Amino acid sequence: MKNGFSCPSCYIFSLIFCLSLFFLAPPVSWAGDVKRASFIPQWSPQAQFAGYYVAYDKGFYKKHGIELNLIEGGPERASAMMLERKEVDFTTIWLSQAIKLRSRGVRLINVGQVIHRSALMLVAKKARGILSPKDINGKKVGLWREEFQLQPLAFFKKYGLKVQVVPQSYSINLFLRDGVDVASAMWYNEYHMILNAGLNPEELTTFFFYDHGLNFPEDGIYTMEKTWREDRELVRSFVKASLEGWLYAINHQEETLKIIMKYMHKANVPANIVHQRWMLARMKDLLIPDEKDGSFPFILNRNDFSRVCGILKESNLVKNLPDYNDFYINVMKHVDK
Amino acid sequence: MLINKGIAFKLVLFFSSCTILIFSVIFLYSYIVSRKTIEKGISENSKNLVMTSINKIEAILAATQKIPENISYFLENSSNTEGEIYQVLYSVVEKNPEIYGAAIAYEPYMFTREKKAFAPYFYKERWGINFKYLEKYYDYFLSDWYQIPKEIGRPEWTEPYFGIGGNVLMCSYSVPFYKKMGDKRIHAGVVVVDISIEKLVEIVSSLKILNTGYGFLISKNGTFVTHPIKEYIMNETIFSIAEATEDRDLREVGRKMIKGGIGFEPFKIKNPVTGALCLMTYVPIVSNGWSLAIVFPQEELMEDITRLNKVIIFLGCLGIALLSVAIVYISRSITRPLRDMAHATERIGSGEFDIELPPIKSNDEVGRLTEAFEIMRKSLKTYITQLKETTAIKERVESELKVAHDIQMSFLPKEFPSYEERDAFDIYATLRPAKEVGGDLYDFFLIDRNRLCIVVGDVSGKGIPAALFMAMTKTLIKSKATLGFSPDKILDKVNNELSSGNSANMFVTLFCGILDLEGGRLEYSIGGHNPPYLIKSDGRIETLSGQVGLVVGIMEDACYGLERVELSPGDTLFLYTDGVNEAMNDKGEMFTLKRLEEELKGLTGKGVKEILSGLEEAVDGFCGEAEQSDDITMMVVRYYGRGESKAKKEEDGEWMTN
Repeated sequence: MKNGFSCPSCYIFSLIFCLSLFFLAPPVSWAGDVKRASFIPQWSPQAQFAGYYVAYDKGFYKKHGIELNLIEGGPERASAMMLERKEVDFTTIWLSQAIKLRSRGVRLINVGQVIHRSALMLVAKKARGILSPKDINGKKVGLWREEFQLQPLAFFKKYGLKVQVVPQSYSINLFLRDGVDVASAMWYNEYHMILNAGLNPEELTTFFFYDHGLNFPEDGIYTMEKTWREDRELVRSFVKASLEGWLYAINHQEETLKIIMKYMHKANVPANIVHQRWMLARMKDLLIPDEKDGSFPFILNRNDFSRVCGILKESNLVKNLPDYNDFYINVMKHVDK
Repeated sequence: MLINKGIAFKLVLFFSSCTILIFSVIFLYSYIVSRKTIEKGISENSKNLVMTSINKIEAILAATQKIPENISYFLENSSNTEGEIYQVLYSVVEKNPEIYGAAIAYEPYMFTREKKAFAPYFYKERWGINFKYLEKYYDYFLSDWYQIPKEIGRPEWTEPYFGIGGNVLMCSYSVPFYKKMGDKRIHAGVVVVDISIEKLVEIVSSLKILNTGYGFLISKNGTFVTHPIKEYIMNETIFSIAEATEDRDLREVGRKMIKGGIGFEPFKIKNPVTGALCLMTYVPIVSNGWSLAIVFPQEELMEDITRLNKVIIFLGCLGIALLSVAIVYISRSITRPLRDMAHATERIGSGEFDIELPPIKSNDEVGRLTEAFEIMRKSLKTYITQLKETTAIKERVESELKVAHDIQMSFLPKEFPSYEERDAFDIYATLRPAKEVGGDLYDFFLIDRNRLCIVVGDVSGKGIPAALFMAMTKTLIKSKATLGFSPDKILDKVNNELSSGNSANMFVTLFCGILDLEGGRLEYSIGGHNPPYLIKSDGRIETLSGQVGLVVGIMEDACYGLERVELSPGDTLFLYTDGVNEAMNDKGEMFTLKRLEEELKGLTGKGVKEILSGLEEAVDGFCGEAEQSDDITMMVVRYYGRGESKAKKEEDGEWMTN
């Protein structure tokens, strides 16, 4: 019967069954001048990872001397765990999750912070009387697990709200059917699904954590310390090529969409171009390009890092906070001491 | 533009425009009404069509709903063992062909205190009925089928999903059940049955409307459950299509549909398949909140009406064409005689008065016009004939007058003393007749070697009589002068001769003077004439004074006085007729003596010819374009006196012929 998803739009639950066993990537190996490397995004192909797919498709990695093995992500594959087990060289992870892993002793490092603005949000129907944070008090709020709860809980604390937390799946139906009053959503994903289930933006109240002083940078590029130590050039090239990919993706949205759709079809993931177009447009907002030249350096802001650490500490989710300089390496500017 | 077009063109334009306008109004009205009628018909029919399908679907859903509802009732109101639960589930799956699987899922520790999760599940397999514990496969507490009815506290259909195997569209109906714990009724779990909705899909897919019309089903989220475009199914919502096609109307319709609205959207929505406008009817499926819609292609619905309209437009155009031809024919039959008339008139205008006018066929306006034209033609012909005769006579008279003028002019002395001869005097005169034959006269001649006779006159009237009278006067004066009479006597005699038998009562004004070239004495007599001016050598201008007698020829025995004046060498006499001072410009103003005197002042010291030409210019300049009303005669005599060249003169002998 049901395998846990019933919303057709929630294709994040649609799994890739094939291939998985064939792509357990070998560690860095050499093939003449070209270096081999592997990368897995933290989820199945979608515009959230446009930069990497574009860089891969347009040969940017090759240009930088990397023969990349781009492994399809998905719920079946915990990318962080694969990195830890050295099954891949690079992956993307949320900052909060990465800090947690590091504090647990996983020697991963951030080599490029991609998404600077938190896309996590709470959404509610105005018709249910929720117009401002205080209206959430006493309501049923759908929350995802683990790091997805950090910001909402801090939010409730900040506004002194007592709420009834309902575990939320990756379906938006519980919210649509009024099973919860407030739901968690990613701006680039669930929020658009809600719009495409017939609710108009003006009928919804949105709470972006970004706007409430609770910004958590999300996707960042991670590798293991060991990889960085052994081959700095490889890491640098990978980050450079990915950055180029993102630049290209943001500036060539329609072409990028075609590339994304191609990889989605290849992965047999339900692909809805309207949704991907929305997601790609949001990615541009989340990368926060420089107002002057449109560039977006993959730098991890120290304040952002401290904020996330602080909240993790308060939530008793981490014991030993990593040092910023150990955790993040600006690979472009790094000079060995 | 239109002004230059013919009557036929204007008529065609006017009548065609009017007809097209009327036709268009009728056509538009008929189109709108028939369209409304069709829409109304479709609205009724489509609702019936949809309702039939809805009823079939509702029947399937209602039958399914009863099963978990009954189980839930059974679970709530009796204590049940694990074995009983398996039995119930098994028989439900076994006995209900439409049911694919059934499960009872408990809340944590609700079935027994030992088990956190418990969810036995029976389902159909190819070889029979199979069984599994769902809790071993996934965390069912977070599934929509479990969580939604639990949170909202009432049964609920799930969104459709692809069942295991991935091909069969399924849907689940889950009913929450409760247990009494003391006074409280607390949520104990969910009963769920899965059905294949292939039958529903079939019902909707079998809705074939004309060639391209179709029915489609959307879920409560707007997701396409059935659609002719396979890619839409489970992958697109009506809203994502609206977003992709930027069709706000479609989004609005979608919102109405998922809110359970019944609707009839006439020709507003674009068919996502063909892109053409279509008509849409939708009705909700009450049981699960889905909505069934039927799309009628506008083109096909309107095919009959469009065909009919095409025929109507064709017939209309044909009619208008025929009407135009008819108008052209009629207007031509009206305008042909008019055009013939116009042609005939052109020819008459060019002088062909003898041509036949078009025959009068009718008594209408054209006929009357032709009649009137015929009368005009005849009158014109007569008039022109008479005019020709008159003109011929006039021409003859004119030619005679011309001869008379020539003769008259030949009377006047034409030879003036040459430069060398101008030692004792110089003389110059002009006569400009107002008509061909004038009544003015002038004359000068030497009576003997020392005496010069000068005459200026003006006969009353014009033309031949005046010319004859003038000739007579001139001859008489000359004959009397040569006889040695003094000017007064000359006038007496001429007056008597002219007066006797002057039946025409004509008269002449005269100035007659005899200048003694030796001494410079001028004797003169005036009969009703303007006294001449004497321009002294020092530039003074004075009028010759003295008695002015009666006009000559009117009264017998009138007496004329003799006047004398002594001229010094260099003195100049200016003689003229009243044509000079009475010359009029086009404003009716006269030249006047005052102007004449001023002009003379300006001309003192000039030669005799220059004086005359100067005065002529002045008069012409004053009159401008105005027609000359009277003869203009002027004479200038300058006296030098007999000087050293006297002997030379004598040697040369007579220099005047007259």
